Amino acid sequence: MAEAIVFYTLAAFILGFAVLVVTTKDTVHSVLFLVLDFLFVAALYVLLEAPFLAAIQVLVYAGGIVVLYLFVVMLVNLQRPPEAHEDPRRLTRVGFGLSMAVLAELAAIAAYSASIPASPAIGSAAALPVSGNTEEVGWMLYTSYLIPFEIASMLLLVAMIGAILLAKREL
Amino acid sequence: MFDTNELVINMGPQHPSTHGVLRVVLRLDGEKVVDADVVIGYLHRGIEKLSENRSWTQIILLTDRMDYVAAATNNVGYCETVEKLMSLEVPRRARYVRTILCELQRIASHCLWVGTHAMDIGAMTVFLYAFRERELILDLFEEFCGARLTYNSMRIGGLPLDIPPGWDKKVLEFCTIMSSKIDEYEELLTHNRIWLERTKGVGIIAGPEALALGLSGPPLRGSGVARDVRKDEPYAAYDEMAFDVPLGTAGDTYDRYLVRMEEFRQSLRIIRQATEGIPEGPIVGKVPRLIKPPAGETYHAIESPKGELGYFIVSDGKSTNPYRFRVRPPSFCNLQGLRRLVKGHLVADVVALIGSLDVVLGEVDR
Amino acid sequence: MIDALLIPTIKILIVLNATLVAVSYMVLLERKVIAWAQSRLGPMRVGPYGILQPIADALKLMIKEDITPVRADKWVFTAAPIITMVPALIVYAVIPFGPEVSLFGRQVTLYITDINVGLLYIVSVASIGVYGLILAGYASNSKYPLLASLRASAQLISYEVAVTLTLVSVIMVAGSLSMVSIVRAQESQQVWFAFIQPVAFVIFFIGGLAETNRAPFDLPEAEQELTGGFHTEYSGMRFALFFLAEYANIIVVSSVATTLFLGGWLRPFPSWEWLSFLDIIPSWMWFLLKSFAFLYVFVWVRATFPRYRYDQLMRLGWKVLIPLAILNLVVTGIVKVLVGAS
Repeated sequence: MAEAIVFYTLAAFILGFAVLVVTTKDTVHSVLFLVLDFLFVAALYVLLEAPFLAAIQVLVYAGGIVVLYLFVVMLVNLQRPPEAHEDPRRLTRVGFGLSMAVLAELAAIAAYSASIPASPAIGSAAALPVSGNTEEVGWMLYTSYLIPFEIASMLLLVAMIGAILLAKREL
Repeated sequence: MFDTNELVINMGPQHPSTHGVLRVVLRLDGEKVVDADVVIGYLHRGIEKLSENRSWTQIILLTDRMDYVAAATNNVGYCETVEKLMSLEVPRRARYVRTILCELQRIASHCLWVGTHAMDIGAMTVFLYAFRERELILDLFEEFCGARLTYNSMRIGGLPLDIPPGWDKKVLEFCTIMSSKIDEYEELLTHNRIWLERTKGVGIIAGPEALALGLSGPPLRGSGVARDVRKDEPYAAYDEMAFDVPLGTAGDTYDRYLVRMEEFRQSLRIIRQATEGIPEGPIVGKVPRLIKPPAGETYHAIESPKGELGYFIVSDGKSTNPYRFRVRPPSFCNLQGLRRLVKGHLVADVVALIGSLDVVLGEVDR
Repeated sequence: MIDALLIPTIKILIVLNATLVAVSYMVLLERKVIAWAQSRLGPMRVGPYGILQPIADALKLMIKEDITPVRADKWVFTAAPIITMVPALIVYAVIPFGPEVSLFGRQVTLYITDINVGLLYIVSVASIGVYGLILAGYASNSKYPLLASLRASAQLISYEVAVTLTLVSVIMVAGSLSMVSIVRAQESQQVWFAFIQPVAFVIFFIGGLAETNRAPFDLPEAEQELTGGFHTEYSGMRFALFFLAEYANIIVVSSVATTLFLGGWLRPFPSWEWLSFLDIIPSWMWFLLKSFAFLYVFVWVRATFPRYRYDQLMRLGWKVLIPLAILNLVVTGIVKVLVGAS
């Protein structure tokens, strides 16, 4: 009962902030609402008994990635108004069409996941005497999901090198 | 920033670390300094023009206020120039006391230099320590002539007062205390890795270029050029003193720092010799009551703590005022090197370089 | 009901108040210690030996005129100091001041809570603190504070990596992310982690100096730079918040270092019976003493060393500390496997 109240409150905040992200005129405010959004999502993770993920969400997403977004937004300093389109209603039409497509996709996923039977918890499949979110995530990352993990780190490395190459004037 | 426009930033004239009212307009490319425009004149008081309406003795008061950090040195330089024009004989005792006072001033000036230079780079404790020692010197001066900053302690032909009894003992005591304190400063700075990173390789200038720019004093000697007026054209009692002139090799801020730290020690050496060997005799020579140098002009230079301090005076032989009084301040000429030194360095180095040149705006602007 | 709600609330109130008082007196401590290092006395007028100086400072800052720059972003301008202060305070939720003690007939733990990802919580909350810096510079609507704040935040982010890596080696040795478990691990292994992880300790200390913008890494806020850094446009109580937030962060770093490396609330050599007379000093007092020692070293370092230039600072972080931290991690891992195998 209490859980439901908390969940719906958090969900309301998350959705509210998400709407604000898209509708605010000032770009910096938009990024800040995004940060708040992520913090509330972290709270959602805590509700789902995944404290490790919550902390990582804050540390990586809110504390790392959005900081870089903020750097870019502040330095680029968007102050000119967006260019006028020949047909200003085209934006609304395209937006509507895209959101309908996304909604259809979500509905499909929801229907599909409702149809499959509930699967056992991931952790019990690999008979591990570990408990706690951190250990489980760590174990999974380094055994079943090792290759995606390594690929992700490679991607990050490539991105870092690319950024340095782009920004440096002489090497 | 993503654009390659140059940023123009103004440093000063009110700024915590420009050592006075100095204005430097920097043109930056990102963080690197592309060009620097040094704007001076904020402390111009018209000393040279004022002296044209003052008698030769009154000008001594004005000279105090140029390099106010080492005022007695200015006095000595001026008095010696007039004495040269008038061909006056200064008694040996007076020359010895002048030497002692000049060297005490050198130590006091270098104390202020090391304190402010270190503080600009972040080591704020050295500032307090250096000023503690500077206080001891100022106490000695106060006992001698009654003032702490602007002494008016020389007269043409000698000194106005003889040294008070017991003063020489106090000077020797001071020398003993000072040696250990210099070790203290060195301990905090000389081998500190952060100090080394901030000063080594910063503001390198080669010897010939330094000469061409007109640098003098520790900035010149730090680049390896052996030019010290005390050795090349001895004045006061320097021809009777044994001392070394420290030279640098690389010409960077660290070498200028080492040169001045060694000058501390050599000054102590000179003071000891002079105090222990001070001869008896009159303190002022045979000077006419009205100072009226013969018509003519002369230039005389001394080694002030900042560099070569030169005076050029023109007398018309008739009035009791100089016709023209011109100073060659070492800080003014050294400051011209700032533009060359900061090119290519980062903004944080500009402050270190101003400190390394050891400029006093009173001298620069007069 | 009482246990679930009242006791944590009381603990929170005590910790918050104690922290805020400690932060204001940390200001006095710094002024006094630096003064003594510079052979002078520091504040002496307000109260005996200057004890009431922080109160005078607080009063002064509170009654100062509150200036907001004309075209500054009002909300962000106001929020920035708050965003800097709040993470420093909420970290105290997981810092253990002592084990369970019995107070008024109840068993009360001397920490507000012990979540099993305590250390990770601290790191993630600390990373939120960066926003305060960035937004302060941005909201001032002036180019120098913006540049300074970007530099300061880049410094913070870089050293966060090194510090987090050292924390990982501590986690490996302790076997848990919970702060209380880390202290208990030091108790059971009978050695402070500073001795088995000396490299991590040193890197944590240096990283802590850089994270809190303290000398020798305080170039972004040095007066000798072109401006007063990212908090140039702030005055009065807003500036006070930044100022206090910096000191709060220093105390946080000290507390975390004490817990992770210096044995937390344990007295020296807790297993040696003949030293049990030291138990007169309660556990939380040991914690405070160790934190205080750390704070003292922070202030001492500020009084002694010159300042690194920004590029040298970044070079130190990226090219020296991070490789060392990774090396330490690898060596710790290898040793753990070998020791575990034997």
